[in-house]
Amino acid sequence: MSLDVHQLRVTFGANRAVDDVSLSIASGEVVVLLGPSGCGKSTLLRAVAGLEPVAGGVISWAGADLHAVPVHRRGFGLLFQDGQLFPHRDVAGNVEFGLRMAGMPAHARRDRVRDLLELVGLGGLGSRRVGTLSGGEQQRVALARSLAPSPRLLLLDEPLSALDRGLRDRLAVDLRDILTRTGTTALYVTHDQDEAFTLADRVAVMDSGRLLQTAEPHELWRHPRNEQVAHFLGYSRCLPVAAFEPAARPVGVRPGQVLALRADSLVVERDGPLQGRVTGRHVTRAGASVSVDVDGIGVVLARVHAGDQPAVGATVRLRLQPGALAVLGCSGCGPTTIC
Amino acid sequence: MDRHGHWLTRGGLALAAALPAAFLAIFFVWPVSSIIARGVLVDGTVDLGGFAETLGNSRTLRVIGQTLAQSVVGTTLAVLLGLPGAYLLYRCRFPGRGAVRALVTVPFVLPTVVVGVAFRSLLVDGGPLAFLGADGTFGAVVAALVFFNYAVVVRTVGAMWAHLDPRAEQAARALGASPARAFLEITLPALAPAIASAASLVFLFCATAFGTVLILGGPAYGTVETEIWVQTTQFLDLRTAAVLSTVQLLVVTASLVVSGWSRRRRETALQIQTDTDTAHRVRRADLPAVLVTTLAVLGLLAPLASLLAGSLRTPTGVGLDNFANLATTGSGASAGDGLGSGLEVSVWQAALNSLRIAVDATWIAMLVGVLICLLVSRRPRRPAARRLLGAFDAAFMLPLGVSAVTVGFGFLITLDRPPLDLRSSAVLVPIAQAVVAVPLVIRTLLPVLRSVDQRLREAAAVLGAGPVTVFAAVDLPVLGRSLGLAVGFAFAVSLGEFGATSFLARPDRPTLPVVIFRLIGRPGADNLGMALAASVVLATITTVVIGLAERLRVQSAGAEL
Repeated sequence: MSLDVHQLRVTFGANRAVDDVSLSIASGEVVVLLGPSGCGKSTLLRAVAGLEPVAGGVISWAGADLHAVPVHRRGFGLLFQDGQLFPHRDVAGNVEFGLRMAGMPAHARRDRVRDLLELVGLGGLGSRRVGTLSGGEQQRVALARSLAPSPRLLLLDEPLSALDRGLRDRLAVDLRDILTRTGTTALYVTHDQDEAFTLADRVAVMDSGRLLQTAEPHELWRHPRNEQVAHFLGYSRCLPVAAFEPAARPVGVRPGQVLALRADSLVVERDGPLQGRVTGRHVTRAGASVSVDVDGIGVVLARVHAGDQPAVGATVRLRLQPGALAVLGCSGCGPTTIC
Repeated sequence: MDRHGHWLTRGGLALAAALPAAFLAIFFVWPVSSIIARGVLVDGTVDLGGFAETLGNSRTLRVIGQTLAQSVVGTTLAVLLGLPGAYLLYRCRFPGRGAVRALVTVPFVLPTVVVGVAFRSLLVDGGPLAFLGADGTFGAVVAALVFFNYAVVVRTVGAMWAHLDPRAEQAARALGASPARAFLEITLPALAPAIASAASLVFLFCATAFGTVLILGGPAYGTVETEIWVQTTQFLDLRTAAVLSTVQLLVVTASLVVSGWSRRRRETALQIQTDTDTAHRVRRADLPAVLVTTLAVLGLLAPLASLLAGSLRTPTGVGLDNFANLATTGSGASAGDGLGSGLEVSVWQAALNSLRIAVDATWIAMLVGVLICLLVSRRPRRPAARRLLGAFDAAFMLPLGVSAVTVGFGFLITLDRPPLDLRSSAVLVPIAQAVVAVPLVIRTLLPVLRSVDQRLREAAAVLGAGPVTVFAAVDLPVLGRSLGLAVGFAFAVSLGEFGATSFLARPDRPTLPVVIFRLIGRPGADNLGMALAASVVLATITTVVIGLAERLRVQSAGAEL
């Protein structure tokens, strides 16, 4: 393990922003901290950077405690949401800052700056003033700046949140590619699930200062540890298996387990085992769906096959799709089976 | 024109522009340009011989050298001492921070005469620092100037520092910069506009300081400002005085240009600004800042404490004798002290005069200042109109720097004969004080008006509010509190004004600062005691006025003073 966070606690007065968090990151691994705003994920990242005083616990690198190591001697890179480029320096002046601090000679710095600007897709823009760059370009410069001194660990604090959707998706893919190519070890903080799943080798879900679950993306997606995690990942309903008639249950689940349902977990089918009354109809990019009031379960969403448009008030039959639902609190089972 | 329906119509605009423009023309441009003309024109033709003669004079050169020396040293010290103060009072959190901030501001609002008297009370024989032998030296003058201007640096730089996003410095630290390196490479350049702005303002105040220098400097010490006064009132050499006024005007304009330029830089330096609270608890690394600021605050307290102690000292011990004497005209008739013979009225009578004059000066300054602000805060679409407003704004800043002595002297030589003979009129002194106070009113109100989001006015207009309603619903509530602050500033400045007033106040209607100056120029412990007591009274009134006004300050809108 490279970075090791052990039972970390960060407090603001009586408020525990980070509460008993343990997390490890292997060399070359990208770990994404995912959680709603205010959950303490940025505080955790800042504590790792050395910017936030620690109330308890240990942060260590390769077994060495970092407690007494000040920010500038940790050798970590840090990338903020809004870049925080130095406005009085040009693009190259920003990128070479860390190299200058490390005492690299000028000609070597020039080469490295050129390579990094190529890497982030901004070749030749070294002499531009940072104020003239677009938001996306500024983030690319900030990335080049934080990668320039080859940090042992790169800390990214919601680096794409200030950008609009399309640009964010594109940059997330580029960023993953750059992190892989440079073999960078990274801790990445975001509240955006898509970004997390695009970038992560492992995702750590955080809420109210605590780590709820740490897992590889597909494992997390299939088996959220509890309702809280499931809700945060976008599962809209959690229902005990016992709520379904035995005939309606997916194969292999046990009565004590809880199923997490999302919009496409149920499908309207003529011979489905569940029955309910349509209360509303919806059309989205992903296709048509209906709200159905199922006896003993309540209102759920169900996908509708193309061409099939049941009227509000009509009685329809539904079937659970085993591939499109998650089983809570279950670990150690493969990605293809339900459990 | 503004299509969104500003409350002012075209006709109203013309009126709003005409009144302040006429005020500025008659009571500032005319007197000051008359002075320049006296230096340049001889019998109707341009003759720069007066300049060559005056500037070749070794006395003049010494005076200019001393002015520059005291300004450069005073500014440097104020900035060096003020930076740690700005950091501690705006970037750190500790109990009593508000009280210390208020305390630091007190010297800035004190009348210059009071500052001079307070330092004298420290340094004269029998004072606690008499052993330094600094009475009447360069060091005493510079110390008083730093005392007076410390708050300018702390507040101007602090206001910017408080909104500086700490993450820029953190990014530098993560990139391997030590705390000192990150400060020098990132924070200091980011603060540069505020530092330049504060420094040019302090330089201005140091270069044009009058009352303080006159009281502390001693006979051998002179600056351009005091020399103008000496040449006018003692040698009656108006030509030399006019040349000196012109030289001063040039220096002042130059530093105003620097100040205006850095203010624009500051307004555009938004990139690393943040609205979040950036203050943190005091840490061990802040110890140097804590030490420097503690020393500075003690340095601010010492003259004030000494002033108070001196005012309570009587021949037999401690008592209120000096305050009781304020009902008299002082002891012993004085020989000529440059301002006419002894007091003709009691000190309390002078205090009453001061208050009456300050009330008049305040409403004049507010009327003119508010009209200018309403005008200048507009953002017309045509570039020519924008430039015109910019020039208007700059013109009204000039009185901030043009020495009050020059203004007073200008009044003397222009407003003493038809078409405008105001020499014996009671309005002369309030008008002169208003000229000095207007820039402060503008600098207090303008940033607030400019901070009102134009979209708020648009939203109100779209909802059906007419121009007048828009003003009443959007501008006025924001302006309301700041109007109170501006009134307080204008009143305090008028109360303490000495440079122009010393020229213009009639002997039978002196103001409090004039009386204090006369008392301190007269021999005898009684007179000194009365001067100290009167200074305490003046300082108390000023501090109370400013204290009340400060409670009205709008927190978010960055007023510049």
